[in-house]
Amino acid sequence: MNAELDQYPPVDNPGSPLPELEVEGHRSEGRFEHVLRAGHFAVTSEIAPPDSADAEQVYERARLFDGVCDAINATDGSGANCHMSSVAVCALLSHVGYSPILQISCRDKNRIAIQGDVLGAAAMGVCNVLALSGDDVSAGDHPEAKPVFDLDSVSLLTTIKTMRDESRFLSGRKLDKAPRVFAGSTINPFVPPVESRVRQLHKKINAGAEFIQTQYCFDMPVMREMMQRAVDMGLTEKAYILAGVGTLASAKTARWLRSNVPGVHIPDEIIARLEGAKNQKAEGQKICVELMQQCKEIEGISGVHVMAYRQEQFVAQMVEESGVLDGRRAWAPSDL
Amino acid sequence: MYRLRRFATRHARAYEVVYNASSPLILRLLRGLNKVFGTRLDTPITWLEAKAKGALFDCQMCGNCVLSSTGMTCPMNCPKTIRNGPCGGVRANGNCEVKPDMKCVWVEAWSGSQRMKHSQEIELVQFAPNHQHKGSSAWIRLSKENAQAKLKSSSSSEAQQ
Repeated sequence: MNAELDQYPPVDNPGSPLPELEVEGHRSEGRFEHVLRAGHFAVTSEIAPPDSADAEQVYERARLFDGVCDAINATDGSGANCHMSSVAVCALLSHVGYSPILQISCRDKNRIAIQGDVLGAAAMGVCNVLALSGDDVSAGDHPEAKPVFDLDSVSLLTTIKTMRDESRFLSGRKLDKAPRVFAGSTINPFVPPVESRVRQLHKKINAGAEFIQTQYCFDMPVMREMMQRAVDMGLTEKAYILAGVGTLASAKTARWLRSNVPGVHIPDEIIARLEGAKNQKAEGQKICVELMQQCKEIEGISGVHVMAYRQEQFVAQMVEESGVLDGRRAWAPSDL
Repeated sequence: MYRLRRFATRHARAYEVVYNASSPLILRLLRGLNKVFGTRLDTPITWLEAKAKGALFDCQMCGNCVLSSTGMTCPMNCPKTIRNGPCGGVRANGNCEVKPDMKCVWVEAWSGSQRMKHSQEIELVQFAPNHQHKGSSAWIRLSKENAQAKLKSSSSSEAQQ
C-alpha cells in the first residue's frame, strides 16, 4: 500500500484540494480519486439529502461519517422521491472540505440541465460525479411527474467525458474552463446473466467510467464470479470497483427490500440468519462487517460503498470493526 | 404486438439475415423514388415504415433506428428509453422494474444479440437519440445520408484522379 498520502498534512483551507500524487492520469483534484490512485482501500457512504432548506441538517448527516469515509455520495432524488438537490448538498459539503460524489440521475433533467449542473458543481469544488439512469417516477412520491430520460447513464458518461476532455458542450460550443471531475457509474452484478453484466461494465468503462459503485452485494459467490471475469478482461485496471454493502435492520426489512426495491437481491441464507438471531439489528450489522471484510479479500475490488439508510449512525462503528481501512483515518473537516 | 416483438428477439439471427439483405435494396429503392417523385412520397413511406416496424418490433418511430445493434429489440420500448441498458432495476426473473409483466427490453436485447452474427455490436456505445428525428422515417434519412456519402466519395475520387 502507498503511504505517500498519509504524509500530506490536512489542508489549511477547507475545501482546497490535496496536492496531486506522482501518479499519472489524475482527472480531478479531489481527495477521493487520490485515495484510490494511491492504492488505499477506499470507503464511501451516502447521505439521504434532507427534506428541508436547512444546511445544518446536511452537515449533521455528513459528520456521522467523519474519519471513516473517503467520499460521501449525495443521492439525486433516490427512489424518485423529492429531497434537497444533490448539487446543493455537494456544494455545501465541498464548502467545508468534504469530498462529495455528485449523483446525477437522468430521470429529471435533460442534457441542457445536466451539462449546466456539471459546470456549476465543478465551479463549487465538486470533484466526483456518478452517472445513473435513475429510478422510474412510478417508484416515488410524485408518480404523476413527467419522466425525462433524455440521456441514459452511458450517454451521460460520454457527455461528462466530452466536457472534461474536449472542453466543449455536446453542441460543440467551447468551454472557457473544463470541469475537472472524476466520473463513475454503477453496476448491478446480480442481473442475470453474469456474462452480460461484465460486458455492460466494459461498456461503461469505455464510455468514461473510472470508478464503479455496485448495487447491494449480499450474494458473495455471484460477486466473486463477476469480479473474476472483470479481472480476466483487465477491467479492474481501467476502473476502481467499490462493492456496495448494506446493513439490514431485520428479516422483515430484508424481505421488503427484496420484493419492493428493484435490483436488490438478498439470498435466503441471509434472511434465515437474521431470523435466527436474537437481536436482528445487531446481526444485520455483523453481516455488513463480514461482507466488507470478504469484499476486501476479492481480487480487483478497490473499496466498499456502505449504504445504511436510516442506520447512518452505525456506519463508523461498522467500518472500524471491519478493519478495512487498515488503521487509516479518512480525512474529515473536523481534523482541522 | 408484444408477441411478435419477442419472436423477433428469439429469431434475431434470421431477422439479421433478412435485414442485411433487404436494407440496401430498400435504401436503393427509396433513392430511386426520391429521384422520380422528390419528397412527395415521404409521408406514405413514413406511414409504411411505422406500420411495418410497429407490427414487427413495437417501433416507437424515434427516427434513430439501432435495431441491428440491439439484438433486434427496440430499446425505445424500455420505460426509461435506455439505449445502453439494462438499468440496475431488472428483477431476478429478468422482468422490467417498471412493468413487472414485461420482460426487460435489455435482457431480451442481450439474448437476441447472442444469436446474431454481429453479436458484438451491442457493445458499441449508442449515444442518446436526436429528438428532432422523432416521428420521422429512419429509412428516408438513411437513404439520403447514403446518397450524400456516395456523392462525397465519388467527388473525392474524381478529385484524386
